[in-house]
Amino acid sequence: MTEALEILFTASFWVAAIRIASPLIFATMGELICERAGVLNLGIEGIMTVGAFAGWFTVYSGGDLWTGVLVAALSGAAFGLLHGTLTVPLGLSQHVVGIGITLLATSLTYFTYRLALPEVTSPPKIEPFQPLPIPGLSKIPILGEALFSQTPLTYLAFLTVAIVAWVLYRTPLGLAVRAAGENPTAVEAQGISVSGIRIGAVMAGSALMAVGGAFLTMSAFNSFFFEMINGRGWICIALVVFGSWRPGKALLGAILFAAFDAYQVRLQQLTGGIVPYQIFLMMPYLLSILALVLVARRATYPKALMIPYQKGER
Amino acid sequence: MPQQPDLAASPPLSPQGRGEHGAPVLRLQNITKRFGSLTANNAISLDLAAGEIVALLGENGAGKTTLMNILFGHYVADEGSVEVFGKPLPPGDPRAALDAGVGMVHQHFTLAENMTVLENIALGTQPMWRARFDRVAARTRIRSLSSDFGLAVDPDAVVAALTVGERQRVEILKALYRNARILILDEPTAVLTPAESEALFKTLKLLVAQGLSVIFISHKMAEVMGVSDRVMVLRAGRVVGERRTSETTRAELAALMVGEEIAPPQIRDVPYGGQVLVLDGVSTAGRSSGASLDNASLTLKSGEIFGLAGVSGNGQAALSGLISGTETLRSGTIHLFGDEHRAWTTREALQLGIGRIPEDRHATGTIGDMSVAENLILESYRSPRFSRQGFLRRDAIKEFAREIIADYDVKCPSPDARVRLLSGGNMQKLILGRALDPKPKLIVANQPTRGLDVGAVAYVHRRLVEARDHGAAVLLISEDLEEILTLSDRVAVIFKGRISPSSKRGERSVRELGELMAGHGLEAAA
Repeated sequence: MTEALEILFTASFWVAAIRIASPLIFATMGELICERAGVLNLGIEGIMTVGAFAGWFTVYSGGDLWTGVLVAALSGAAFGLLHGTLTVPLGLSQHVVGIGITLLATSLTYFTYRLALPEVTSPPKIEPFQPLPIPGLSKIPILGEALFSQTPLTYLAFLTVAIVAWVLYRTPLGLAVRAAGENPTAVEAQGISVSGIRIGAVMAGSALMAVGGAFLTMSAFNSFFFEMINGRGWICIALVVFGSWRPGKALLGAILFAAFDAYQVRLQQLTGGIVPYQIFLMMPYLLSILALVLVARRATYPKALMIPYQKGER
Repeated sequence: MPQQPDLAASPPLSPQGRGEHGAPVLRLQNITKRFGSLTANNAISLDLAAGEIVALLGENGAGKTTLMNILFGHYVADEGSVEVFGKPLPPGDPRAALDAGVGMVHQHFTLAENMTVLENIALGTQPMWRARFDRVAARTRIRSLSSDFGLAVDPDAVVAALTVGERQRVEILKALYRNARILILDEPTAVLTPAESEALFKTLKLLVAQGLSVIFISHKMAEVMGVSDRVMVLRAGRVVGERRTSETTRAELAALMVGEEIAPPQIRDVPYGGQVLVLDGVSTAGRSSGASLDNASLTLKSGEIFGLAGVSGNGQAALSGLISGTETLRSGTIHLFGDEHRAWTTREALQLGIGRIPEDRHATGTIGDMSVAENLILESYRSPRFSRQGFLRRDAIKEFAREIIADYDVKCPSPDARVRLLSGGNMQKLILGRALDPKPKLIVANQPTRGLDVGAVAYVHRRLVEARDHGAAVLLISEDLEEILTLSDRVAVIFKGRISPSSKRGERSVRELGELMAGHGLEAAA
């Protein structure tokens, strides 16, 4: 039993937790931006798949790593534009469009993969982002190692949270985004285009989701394979709710979930086959549901979330 | 994203003379707008001069709000043109209207409730891509506008925490913050207390004194007479008259607006019948909004209208919920037609012969996206007339809908029209038809005329009196003391969940009732 607790005090556990959290942080921020503007983006799972492939394939074809991240973000934004065009000016159901985007993006990715690499049986690897320890800070026991000896993409994830929080709460643009998710008529009445704000938010958010996907291929698994997103996108949707649509809280949620995940892997090794491993696989999700029940019941969601805004309708 | 001028930096409004009186600052010409088969605006023209308050008077559904939404760019007119300060305004572009100096205070406020007053006002007034939202300059400007025009409101308060009156001030500040020269107010007093309305009128006078122009949309005669320089009367989408306020009378305007004489409800004495509903020491479990009933007692007899006055939130919702079956009893006894009941479900309530006219037409009275016909059978769809073996009988339903539409004068394009598209008055007539057609023996009418225009109010009153004359017991719950005193045979007051002893109409003065409504002496009486 003490061994199970000791895991919590090892640096390797926390390093893993932060690494697992990184893609979730990107994608959660992406979803959060969309929802704050009033659009539920269920395309997240597929857009992450696109990002994972686009980033990986850019590097595989000879591009450098940051070009890969940029290509991933742009492909995400392109699917965001499709999602935004269908849900905002055309006012189609955000659920249906989102699921459609997920199916389309995932299948298109697999199709492209097969076209590009018809002969391959085992997924080819790329040279991924390497850990970049921050001098000094990374020497702090446990915390320092966990936070400051990660790859640049993880640092970018944390930076993204700060930027999203700043933009949402401290800039005129963020004000318009939040207002669009709360009461689009207020935005329209102040002469700002609701469509412009919402499509922009969905594109930016989708770009972040794609970067989250790219993290998996460029900073974790080093190659692309099918089903690799494995429900992470759906978790991010729950994390946005868990975080009450606030970037800081959502960040905590992502780390918490990742910690559960890292912990269950280690517990599996500890019990050595006595308990079926599926029980452990279930654990993070069960705990997430519990956390949602405790936290999210009081959450005040953006009032115009999922409500299409059609100008001139009554 | 277009760049906006940085308004936070510009100086507050400077007072201007009223010299340009006469040259129109705003000119609407031949505006026509259709929604499907409904022509909401039919070739309407309007001129507005600097420093002038023009009232746009008309019943609900006359087309006032549609016209202003066209001016502000929310709707695009099918025909006609808008000119502001001599320049044509491009259609369908609120930003162009704002930039031209047109500000609008909507009837349903356009505020984001989770944000502060300052954020709501400054939204869209600073360049969008700026790295920092300038709160300090915005706050200074809002403060100075507030004090100049008597619009007291804390810039850092969250809108959700504000009263309705404060929210309206925020809306006016929004327009002034953008240097609006023409202010449109859509039914501004519908949600205000009399004191708040007075303050609003004072603000409007201050504004026109500084050379602004105001269009004031209303259906309340007293306000129009008190505040405007000129009145345009709209009916069914057309201008039916235009008068200088000083040269007209309330009666003339009322006749123009409604197009016919309004007869006051004929009230004749009907002998009371037996006891229909007796509540004795009733308390409720508090599922409804507002106060629960607290040891309330009430006797309702057939053939009477029992008026229950009181400020909203004092247990009216609990009482009407209890009678219509959505609220549960905690203690006390209920007798209906002499039988004791613990409680009844909503379905049983209908079977027992209770008709309900709910407080909120939109939320609990109708389903906006369903058709008129479907809404009409919501309470009776199980009867063999409308359904057989689990299938709806569409022809019978439509025939019934046509009957009600004709009998209750519901103005709608067809029984298939979505209820959302009806005006408030027609929605209420639909609800009246649905509730009264089965000839209920007990009718709960909770705020039956709130927000309706003169014609519709008179209609509702006439129908309630008619139901009473046919022997129904009518419980009329209203905040409008005048309505209670015009219609009721007996009057009582509800305060904090308790109901005062009743008195015959005229036994208590308005002042006495007012004191009871404020809670004076009720504890002793109860």
